[in-house]
Amino acid sequence: MTLAQSQPNTSALEFDCDTGNYHTFCPISCVAWLYQKIEDSFFLVIGTKTCGYFLQNAMGVMIFAEPRYAMAELEEGDISAQLNDYEELKRLCEGIKRDRNPSVIVWIGTCTTEIIKMDLEGLAPRLEAEIGIPIVVARANGLDYAFTQGEDTVLAAMAQRCPTSEEVTPAEKEERSSIQKLLSFGRKKDDPKKDEHSKDLSTDTAYHDHPPLVLFGSVPDPIVTQMTLELKRQGIKVSGWLPAKRYTELPVIDEGYYVAGINPFLSRTATTLMRRRKCKLIGAPFPIGPDGTRAWVEKICSVFNIEPQGLDEREAKIWESLEDYLQIIRGKSVYFMGDNLLEISLARFLTRCGMTVQEIGIPYMDKRYQAAELALLEKTCNDMGQPLPKITEKPDNYNQIQRIQELRPDLVITGMAHANPLEARGISTKWSVEFTFAQIHGFTNARDILELVTRPLRRNDSLKDLGWEKLVKEEAKV
Amino acid sequence: MKLAYWMYAGPAHIGTLRIASSFKNVHAIMHAPLGDDYFNVMRSMLERERDFTPVTASIVDRNVLARGSQEKVVENIVRKDQEERPDLIVLTPTCTSSILQEDLANFVQRASLEAKGDVLLADVNHYRVNELQAADRTLQQIVQFYTEKARKQGTLPQGKTEKPSVNIIGLTTLGFHNNHDCRELRTLMAQLGIEVNLVMPDGASVHDIQTMSRAWFNLVPYREVGGLTAEYLHTEFGMPCVNITPMGIVETARCIRAIQAVLNQQGAEVDYEGFIDEQTRFVSQAAWFSRSIDCQNLTGKRAVVFGDSTHAAAMTKILAREMGIKVVLAGTYCKYDADWFTEQVGDFCDEILVSEDNGAIADRIAQLEPAAIFGTQMERHVGKRLDIPCGVIAAPIHIQNFPVGYRPFLGYEGANQIVDLVYNSFTLGMEDHLLEFFGGHDTKEVLTATLSASDELGWSADGMAELQKIPGFVRGKVKRNTEKFAREQGIGQITAEVLYAAKEAVGA
Repeated sequence: MTLAQSQPNTSALEFDCDTGNYHTFCPISCVAWLYQKIEDSFFLVIGTKTCGYFLQNAMGVMIFAEPRYAMAELEEGDISAQLNDYEELKRLCEGIKRDRNPSVIVWIGTCTTEIIKMDLEGLAPRLEAEIGIPIVVARANGLDYAFTQGEDTVLAAMAQRCPTSEEVTPAEKEERSSIQKLLSFGRKKDDPKKDEHSKDLSTDTAYHDHPPLVLFGSVPDPIVTQMTLELKRQGIKVSGWLPAKRYTELPVIDEGYYVAGINPFLSRTATTLMRRRKCKLIGAPFPIGPDGTRAWVEKICSVFNIEPQGLDEREAKIWESLEDYLQIIRGKSVYFMGDNLLEISLARFLTRCGMTVQEIGIPYMDKRYQAAELALLEKTCNDMGQPLPKITEKPDNYNQIQRIQELRPDLVITGMAHANPLEARGISTKWSVEFTFAQIHGFTNARDILELVTRPLRRNDSLKDLGWEKLVKEEAKV
Repeated sequence: MKLAYWMYAGPAHIGTLRIASSFKNVHAIMHAPLGDDYFNVMRSMLERERDFTPVTASIVDRNVLARGSQEKVVENIVRKDQEERPDLIVLTPTCTSSILQEDLANFVQRASLEAKGDVLLADVNHYRVNELQAADRTLQQIVQFYTEKARKQGTLPQGKTEKPSVNIIGLTTLGFHNNHDCRELRTLMAQLGIEVNLVMPDGASVHDIQTMSRAWFNLVPYREVGGLTAEYLHTEFGMPCVNITPMGIVETARCIRAIQAVLNQQGAEVDYEGFIDEQTRFVSQAAWFSRSIDCQNLTGKRAVVFGDSTHAAAMTKILAREMGIKVVLAGTYCKYDADWFTEQVGDFCDEILVSEDNGAIADRIAQLEPAAIFGTQMERHVGKRLDIPCGVIAAPIHIQNFPVGYRPFLGYEGANQIVDLVYNSFTLGMEDHLLEFFGGHDTKEVLTATLSASDELGWSADGMAELQKIPGFVRGKVKRNTEKFAREQGIGQITAEVLYAAKEAVGA
């Protein structure tokens, strides 16, 4: 692996690996946010009723808004190969093309397609040529991955579809450059006066001379804007973002480009960008919390030899604005059961906020991709005088609940399967999935993270005199 | 392959898990990949369950794929047996284990040698049955297992209870209003002087199963779950079964009369006619409602009904027979039971639709333009889009269909609840007339300025574009706070950067 900078040593942290009997979302859930992010896409999940049932229940009301995703539900004939995979998929995809006319169809491979060894990667190019719509294959299945890693598999597949600058005409380039568009804030092209103005906004004079930088990770558009502006303050230009708002706007990626991840669960995408697209990865902590954001910006600046401007004051000001929330959580303990891979970054931020982290459960720990984040966690613990927390990879929920009963943390960050039972036993919980669906990146959104973290504590504070904390009869068995 | 956006009935393993987690001290172990334990989330959220859902997964991962589960499933069963000491562990196959074709029966056999509790393999095939059929089968399987076990051990009790008694079979966790129905049926039985021998499986212990034969008869309130169990008990012990769903005034009476016949055959000499008459005419409000002036206005209104067999059939009969409403279409997604449904509703509706395709039902509703829909959550959303009111009468359901208050659908109180549901779904009588007469609600446009309209504060195009990205329900608040911030800071023009600066400063 060729990282842009050498890796910090993170050996002092204690890593553990348990049985992997834990609760998390199936990685196919990534279609729920990716179809909204990539507006001209259609996601086809090739799986069984089990997959469909999960999606329709997990996504709740979104399913009723005529989403651009569907199940290709496998029947007994498909499993026993009485039906021809290619013909079946062709029939379905032609229907999708007719009804929705998307710019890309993303096939999500599932456990079943893995087990019956359906050659999606082999079928896709043939069908793509036949129906004239790009087909991207992502194997986001529960045999290999957890929850947010689904996005990683999709983006890794998309990374290979990003054009090189040779492949796009200058006119197309303009079209593709979604970040430029973002900086012109959706002004209509046919308005010449405003178009001129937008060019003014995005003139290169404000930027330092640095190699092209492409960011990866699917975040809501407001965060794209905020992070792009954040780097613009340092004179760093974001030439593209994987994924863009539309599949047709995937960024140009040439050999030698620099890339930086915005989320901790994107290790396959990072690997693909490095190995297949010959990019240089900027290994930085993730811009979650003001400390993380600052470290992220600093690291990008340092790679480009730019002296960061005004970050100290900016970070200090954010911390100041968080003081009311910090008072609530300072000195409190928190326990991450682990299910979405944001755990290290959140634990690092909460340690900086003055909390004691008792355990960090995490589905999968890529020590190389998260190296800088782990180093910052360690440094933060030292700075704050906190012991280094144990990081439990592939946790065992049963064992964790035994430990939680012993430790009685002030806050458990966990999935919905355990939240209500823990609350009934007088242990405050925060539903972990909310961190995936809330805007948590950058300086601007630090408050939103704490809004989530403090909510159970604030709720408990308003109910504290009622005397009904424990609502189960005996100390129930787990 | 089938293109599917939505499904009415879940996969088979959900049915098995619903049965297993209904019992006390029964644990289910799913042979499944990571993420398939979504059942726990549903139970914990929808039912607001205080206890940990007794379902764990024996995870199928890459290694299992390469080498087979080998010791893993056995170890997981034995481990759970030691940790929680359940009476029974049900090994639950999923779609994944269906195609792996591992010898799960062998694992169960090996595990049961070591485990203190009993171990069973749920006999369901993902590709052949759905959630409801699997639930029916699993319940029967467990009942049969414990009946045979008791017979072997010679602990099977002889004879019947002294007073008339009943087993109520088919009430499960995550069932549509099942917990309320359970209470209502218990009340009804008490009023009829019938002892409830056992409710199956909700809250039951597997040790109680052997006493089922002591009941005089079985009551199966829902068509979908419990039928196989009642059939088995009939074959084994000759126990009669009443499977008329007591939903609506007429059907409740029919159910009670069937019970009366069954008891009198066994020499009980009961007469429930007086009770039925008293309840129908004076206690329950449903019969009176259908005579009242209010209900007159519903005469001939057109409705569409869709749901599981039980609720769709009963609802169709109630609307047509008890309220004079014209059911233009009645349908069910229980395709495997289409004949029964057709026979039940044939006389009470214009058209029957049996389909698992939510698009087909939506299209038909759009074409028929009924005044109200009675269906599942899916039909509720179709109604929203078409601006047609909808009462939810069957699963699939959301958290709002697990009310905390008492809302049975069965029995006499159930009939009252249904009256409210139906009446509230149609536009209320007088309002209806007035709307027609005056051509609509208050249509005067709101001309008052927004809080900031008269202000000099300008929003730049980029600021405005950014504001538009904020979800509608908080946009107003963000706009006000941003403008307040800009005013305080003396900023004249609000750009995207000002918007986010305001957010950072005041948490706008």
